[in-house]
Amino acid sequence: MSASGQAAAPPPVTVGAEARALSRQRPRLGDLTFRALVSGSGALIVAIFLAIGIFILDEAWPAISHYGIGSFLSGSRWAPSEAALNLEGKNPYGILQFVYGTVLTSAIALLLAVPIAVGLALYITEIAPSLIRRPLAYVIDILASVPSVVYGFWGIFALIPAVKPVANDLSDWLHSIPVVGPIFAGPFFGPSYFVAALVLAIMVLPIVTAICREVFAVAPLAEKEAALALGATRWEMIKLAILKRSRVGIFGAAILGLGRAFGETIAVTMVIGNSVLGITTSIFGQGATMPSVIANEFTEATEPFHLDSLFVVALCLLVVSLIVNTAGKLIISRVGTRIA
Amino acid sequence: MAVAGATAVVFAAIGSSSASAVSTSASATKKPTKQCSTSLKVLRPHYTNPVPKLAGASDSLSGAGSTFVNPIMSIWSSTFAKQGTKVAYQSIGSGGGIAQIQAQTVDFGATDIALSDTEAAAAKGGPILHVPMVLGAVVAVYNVKGLANGLRLDGETLGKIYAGQITKWNDPAIKAQNSQFALPDQSIAVAHRSDGSGTSAIFTDYLTKTSPSWTAKLGGEATSRGKTVAWPVGIGGKGNEGVAAVVSQTEGAIGYVELQYAIAQKLTYAFVKNSTGAYIEPCVATVRAAVDKGVFPADLRTTVTNEPGPLAYPITGTVYALIYQNQTDEGKAKAIVNYFSWMLTIGQNFPASINYAPMGSLLQQKALLQLGKIQFGGKPVVKFTIPKAKKK
Repeated sequence: MSASGQAAAPPPVTVGAEARALSRQRPRLGDLTFRALVSGSGALIVAIFLAIGIFILDEAWPAISHYGIGSFLSGSRWAPSEAALNLEGKNPYGILQFVYGTVLTSAIALLLAVPIAVGLALYITEIAPSLIRRPLAYVIDILASVPSVVYGFWGIFALIPAVKPVANDLSDWLHSIPVVGPIFAGPFFGPSYFVAALVLAIMVLPIVTAICREVFAVAPLAEKEAALALGATRWEMIKLAILKRSRVGIFGAAILGLGRAFGETIAVTMVIGNSVLGITTSIFGQGATMPSVIANEFTEATEPFHLDSLFVVALCLLVVSLIVNTAGKLIISRVGTRIA
Repeated sequence: MAVAGATAVVFAAIGSSSASAVSTSASATKKPTKQCSTSLKVLRPHYTNPVPKLAGASDSLSGAGSTFVNPIMSIWSSTFAKQGTKVAYQSIGSGGGIAQIQAQTVDFGATDIALSDTEAAAAKGGPILHVPMVLGAVVAVYNVKGLANGLRLDGETLGKIYAGQITKWNDPAIKAQNSQFALPDQSIAVAHRSDGSGTSAIFTDYLTKTSPSWTAKLGGEATSRGKTVAWPVGIGGKGNEGVAAVVSQTEGAIGYVELQYAIAQKLTYAFVKNSTGAYIEPCVATVRAAVDKGVFPADLRTTVTNEPGPLAYPITGTVYALIYQNQTDEGKAKAIVNYFSWMLTIGQNFPASINYAPMGSLLQQKALLQLGKIQFGGKPVVKFTIPKAKKK
């Protein structure tokens, strides 16, 4: 619209045309600076990213070359205090339990958060009266800006006491069922995979909701109106015209939420129980995640290969997050082009 | 030690000077027991500084390391700044402090554990002096309904609890030491630190010295003590606050935190058996007493847990300043001598106010003598003698 308005502007003055031609031949200093600055910041970001990646790899390298990368990923016992005893022995820095903890807590978090986020986003875009719409969206955005240490604090002092009776009941009912039972085995002391997942669910809710809102908002108005015109109820219209074509977008939102959950450090560290010696099968048991072990140990990592091995964990986290985020971005951009 | 006088302790608390009775009555725990003297002489030793103040000292010093020492270090630095030298201390953890002094990027480091031979050898600037600065205590805290302060535990019992071999509060081993308490048939939830910590180092050092069960479970002395160990059981909490949160919210929990944290958070704590067989209440007086009788190696690279002395609280630790013996900057060397000689004498009056303990004179004098070893250009920076203590 605005472009066509410009085209229809009053007849061109010759001086202006001359100036334009001139500027085309000889770019002004301002243009050059602008171009350099913009492309410079683009290059800088790439450079920073590469520098971080190379740095982490470099720091992790002594441990990788000493123990072999395979021994990190196949072991699930992290016992730095045993490293000095037998330097040529078995790798005491197994990290599989951290990968497990990260994936498990994030997966449970998404399982809980995505359905709520979809409902919330639909309510805001389609159903809520416009009076509520804005404040509600605002509250959700605020939820996203609460610092994670506050979530951790709240998790310890409010969530754990509140969850305790529920978790104990769940454990009592379910623990004797074969196969599923061990997943819910007690006792529930508080800090656990489960509580960490709950805190994560609340933390990823805003980001998943926000993206779902964007996705739902680009559902074509014409299709929605068509559905309604054909006699569809509001639910049928949402199902046909919004949800169906938003499936990929919701998936992408979930993946981005997953990226957030993977990297969350301090809140998880505060409520997961930080058990590093192995994989606990019960979700009410204690565990650790990749970020949590780094946050816990880097200040006093004085054992042989201790700090290097924490860099191996960081490298692993970086790779996993990179894959997840790239996947999410790809999926979302596919949705974008398909709708356009 | 005589436990017979326990029932009369409330009255005895104000009385004579011998260290015999231990408070066991729950109602008595609010009042200071005889062990926990609040006499100002104990809390503020008023050591005189025998080291002359050196002129031409640099106006700034930088240090880095232990987080454990940070609260008292900031009091020292801000007070000492009035004497013309600013001390900037980065509380980044002992590991970081060791790395920085090794690389000579700070004027002094601070660590909760003495350097190992390999760590000392990795120092770029030659031999490093260990100077103990202050004492701190680690306290066993618990949350059991009906149990006030003063549950008595010996090292072996604590060790078995942390090894997962004692799992109930009414275990015979706990009962045998605590006839005064009705102990519930409740599971023990064990809490420990998840981050590498000097607090863990002091605690596991005590367990290693006193509990064969703990040491065996952890695979021998090489792996049973340290800032991080492979905890066989329990919930890991980050920081004192993390452990305290687990303990305060879990009925049946036991954990360990720094003394000042236990007092500030009003956690119930245990009296722990020391090497003379007495159960000792943790407080400034008993922590200070922990270094009154011990034998220390010449380089002071040691731990101060389970020390002799009838009133010595056994889970005690010190924080070391790490200082290069051969200084490369005369002004800095003088500033170091000025700061630490002040800290080890006048500065020892401050720790008690935040529940750290001043060093008893035995260790305090040995620490002070370390400063005489500091050299610049092959010559000692300062010469001094410590006057003989007046008889009391």
